[in-house]
Amino acid sequence: MAQHSSVRAGVRAALPLGPPTFLLGASFGVLARPVMGWLAPIVMSFVVFSGAAQFAALSVLAGGGAAGAAILAGVLMNTRWLPMGFAIGPSLPGRAPARAAQAQAIVDASFVMASHGDGTFDRGMLLGATAVQGVAWWTGTAVGVLAGPALPDPEKLGLDAIFPAFYLALLVSEAHGRRALLAAAVGATVTAALMPVAPVGLPIIAACVGALVGLRRS
Amino acid sequence: MLCVATATMKAIGPVSFGGRRLSGRATSVIALVAPSLLASLVVYETFNSGGRGIEVDARIVGLATAVAALALKRSMLVVVAVAAVATALTRAIA
Repeated sequence: MAQHSSVRAGVRAALPLGPPTFLLGASFGVLARPVMGWLAPIVMSFVVFSGAAQFAALSVLAGGGAAGAAILAGVLMNTRWLPMGFAIGPSLPGRAPARAAQAQAIVDASFVMASHGDGTFDRGMLLGATAVQGVAWWTGTAVGVLAGPALPDPEKLGLDAIFPAFYLALLVSEAHGRRALLAAAVGATVTAALMPVAPVGLPIIAACVGALVGLRRS
Repeated sequence: MLCVATATMKAIGPVSFGGRRLSGRATSVIALVAPSLLASLVVYETFNSGGRGIEVDARIVGLATAVAALALKRSMLVVVAVAAVATALTRAIA
């Protein structure tokens, strides 16, 4: 049973992400509507539940690409959930279907906020943080699809800068010790090197090799 | 199709390894996934151009402001707020 206090802690921790997530969802809704109609984006935000994958798939479709290519782009973007799933598995109780269901709550920010830094994860924080982001994302998409270009442009408000700032703040609080810093340096370098050349999603997954620093005896 | 793939992707890990304790080495590797992933996300979110490739824009100013705010030990809310404001101002004047 997840502790109620840690779910609340997760909610509180994710609140700064609520407004930018909402506006990001709205911009997805606005952009997706001409390409996908009004219902499909809302459904997509609910079942795919991954901004990165949704925008990637949308870019492909909007550029005239085939549905298959759009799906592939989204899947690649989402493969980063694979190592995250492995990492969080031991921290999720219950039988396989229950664990699979709980794992759906993994989104980037929730995953890092739920981490204790020692390899274990706080399930309550994961659920609380994702609840906030989920609500923001779904309502944002709906508003974007329905209200359209009447909404303020997230970029004009500098809201797209919130995500790097947020992840940086988390990195600073999480990275204790030389090995963590080394892992971070490797991750950043790998991603920077791959972004100009690799397909969508790969630069982020590849960054996880930074974690292999942990194999060296300290 | 995408939703099935995403849900499967998120589920595979816990289903295979759930509940079991890992060796010491595996645990230390996993503990480092967060820092490497976080650093990766900082780079990606600052420079991505929406698809393949890199785009250098006002987000860099936001990142630099965030670094300053973090060095001054400001709270998370302040850090993200100043990053957004700095980026918006940069776009407004540039």
